[in-house]
Formats: sequence, C-alpha cells, structure tokens
Amino acid sequence: MPESISVKQLNLYVKSLLESDKKLNFVSVYGEISNFKNHYASGHLYFTVKDKDAAIRCVMFSSAAKNITFEPKDGTKVIISGRVSVYEKDGQYQFYVTSMTEYGEGELSKQFKLTKEKLEKEGLFAEESKRTPIKFPKKIAVITSKTGAAVHDICSTLQKRWPVCEIVLCPVLVQGENAPLSMINALDTVYGLDGIDTIIIGRGGGASEDLSAFNDESLARKIYESPVPVISGVGHETDFTICDFVSDIRAATPTAAAILASVDINDIKLQLDKNDTRLNNAINSTFERLTLKLNALKTSRALSDSLFVLEQKMQTVLHHRQNLCSLINKTYEKNENDLKRSIALLDGLSPLKTLKRGYAIALKEEKTVKSVKDINKSDKLSLKFADGSAECEVINVKGEF
Amino acid sequence: MDKDFNFENALKELEKTVETLEKGDMPLNESIEVYKKGITLAKDCSDYLENAKQKISEIKNGEE
Repeated sequence: MPESISVKQLNLYVKSLLESDKKLNFVSVYGEISNFKNHYASGHLYFTVKDKDAAIRCVMFSSAAKNITFEPKDGTKVIISGRVSVYEKDGQYQFYVTSMTEYGEGELSKQFKLTKEKLEKEGLFAEESKRTPIKFPKKIAVITSKTGAAVHDICSTLQKRWPVCEIVLCPVLVQGENAPLSMINALDTVYGLDGIDTIIIGRGGGASEDLSAFNDESLARKIYESPVPVISGVGHETDFTICDFVSDIRAATPTAAAILASVDINDIKLQLDKNDTRLNNAINSTFERLTLKLNALKTSRALSDSLFVLEQKMQTVLHHRQNLCSLINKTYEKNENDLKRSIALLDGLSPLKTLKRGYAIALKEEKTVKSVKDINKSDKLSLKFADGSAECEVINVKGEF
Repeated sequence: MDKDFNFENALKELEKTVETLEKGDMPLNESIEVYKKGITLAKDCSDYLENAKQKISEIKNGEE
C-alpha cells in the first residue's frame, strides 16, 4: 500500500506531468465547437471541441478571445491552438486555447480578402459609381435559386408593395462549383433584355448556407458591367460578400432587396389622394379669392369715388336750387312791394276819392265826357257822384271858363 | 391606357400642376384649364395603379 496523498496533490502531480510534455505545451487540434458558452462578465469562452468519436473541454481566456476574427458558435468547425493541462479543482484535463481560426475557411477568407482588395483598388466598389434604382420600376429581373425561400420572399414582397411591375425570374445555381458561371450567364441574358429597370441578385441565408459563389471575382466584374442598378440580397444581415460590395445597393436579405427595389403602392396612392385634395383646394381657393376680389372691388375707392363725385354734384344741384329759391322769393317779395306801392298809388288816383272830394263824372252814352266839344244842347248826360248818380239834360254849351 | 404611360413623369407633372395651381396667379379660365389637366393626370395615375396586376415570367438560363 503506497503512502496516501491529498486529491490536490494528485491533480497537481498529473498537471506537472502534462505540462512537462513538450508536445502538449503547444498543440493544434481541429474539430467542431459544441456547448459554446460566452462568459460575458469576464470575456472568457468555455466550449467543447469534438469530432464524431471524441471531445475535449476548452477554455479561452479573454486576452486570447479578443483576437478571434469570426463569431464562434455551436457547429463551427475550428482549428484551436494552445496547451493541454489539468484544472486541479475538478481534475478535468482541458485545452487552454490561445488562438482559434475557422477550419476550412481560412483559405477561403484569405481569397476573399485578396479579391476584395483587388477590386476595391480597381474602383469597382466606388461610391460614385453607385446608382439609385428607378422609383417606379416596370420590370425587375430576379436572379436567384428557383428552389430557395429567397425567390418566394422577393416575389411576395414585390407583389405586396408594387404589383405594377413585371417580374422576370431568372433561375440560377447559387451554390457549388458551377454557381458563379450560372449567375454570370443569367446576368448576360438579363443585360440583353429590353426594359429591365432593376436587377435583384441573391439567396437566402442560413447557418449551413455556402455563400462563396457570391465572392467570385468574375461574377463581381459581370455585376459591375450592369447597365441598370443591381441590388444584392445575400444571406443574413451579418453576411457580407464581394457581390454586396460591387452591387449598387447591398440589402441585408432578399426581402430587403425587394423592398429597396420598389415603393409601397399604398404610399403612392396616398400621395395621389393628397395631390387630388390639393388640386381641389387650390381651385376652390381661387374661386374664393376671386369672390373676395369682386366684393372688394364693389367697395373700392374707384367706385366709392364716383359716388362721392355724384354726391358732390347732388349738393351743387341742391345749392343751386336753394339759390334759385331764394332768388325767386326775393323777386317775389320785391314784386309784392312794388305791387303794394302801385296799389297805394293807384288808390290815390282812384276817381272815387276825387268824387268824395265833391267832383262828379259826366257820362254820355256810358262814356266819360272829357270835353264840352263832345256834348251838344239837349244831350242826355248821366252825372256820377260818390254816393249815386243823376240823369240830366244839357241846356246850354259854352266853351272856356 | 397608353402602353408607354410613364407613371413617374405623370406623377411629377401632376405635382407641378398642383404647385402651379396653388400659386394662383393666373386668370380664372387658365386656372380652370390647369385644374382640368391636374384632374386628368391624377385619374391616369390612379388608373395605372388600380389596373396593376403583377406578371411573372421566367427565362431559361440553361443552367438549372
């Protein structure tokens, strides 16, 4: 029976054995991530790397984890490098990861970077060359797989938003060795069609989806040649492809691409209604304005001035009339005075008054006798007195007194 | 409606017409003419949208 030791002593012993092994001090292992846990507080990552027969627990401390260039998750195939040791507290041996790359994608990602830099240098991604799709497209070409969800997403979105446009479907391979050429051919066909306003190219996303066809350099160059704006909608929000960079617009998803390629018919109908209302309001206010103007004219200076002139003339007339009246009155008064005077004078001349003083008037055959020559002997005369008359006969006629 | 009806141009024309009419610095008979034109444009645009039925065609690419 050997001497008994503590658990801790045992674990430390195993740990020292493992750590003294040069091979285990720096080793690379490939496998698939599972049980991935991100300990957000500390930034350390805990996971298991497994293949179909075996698994090993891994820890990656935050100091190393911050250098990871991709987002590790369950199912990601990775190559991990680091050392193997024991965690003495639970006796588990584990992998202390110092670096981690995506397995099998290392080469691909290197190629991606090269292509991107090359095309960028050539100006294929230049902002100045980006075009805005026509607002009210009549014809949209859709280049995608016939079988994926993308084609349905795009068509139903366009149907809902802008049913005015015609959709030209162009089924292509979006995955595999022949996918880039399939899409290049489709683009060539579409470029030869009449009346295409916008092109949508893309495919749906998914964890297992391979988007590498959309990183093809020849495809990128073909997209750049497009005579009309191209909208790319490849994969998910987080996926970026060369196709995205070279297209006029990069949409996060195929649905988003369809939205960017169209307008909402309801918005446009609303806009039409507004214009309709504005037209009617404008013509109504024109009428109102003219009515107001007419009313204003009725009371305008020009018209009221004429009234003023008219009133002035009326006053002149009245004035003249008054003058005339007073003139008439004066004349009348003067005449009346004259008359009175005349009457008085007349009164003084009245024969009656003379008769009253003792004179008499001799009448012969109703005529006043003014001379003795008018009478003869035996003429019948009538003598008028103030208070009566006497019938007489001429006895004798003598001339002169 | 005219097959070559250009919706975008018609809509732009309509908006220009509305603005012209809103300025209201025309004689009445001209205003009425502009109004008539606007109403016609609005109807054309509206008809264009109402009559829209999505057509989907498919071209052969020979790859699938």
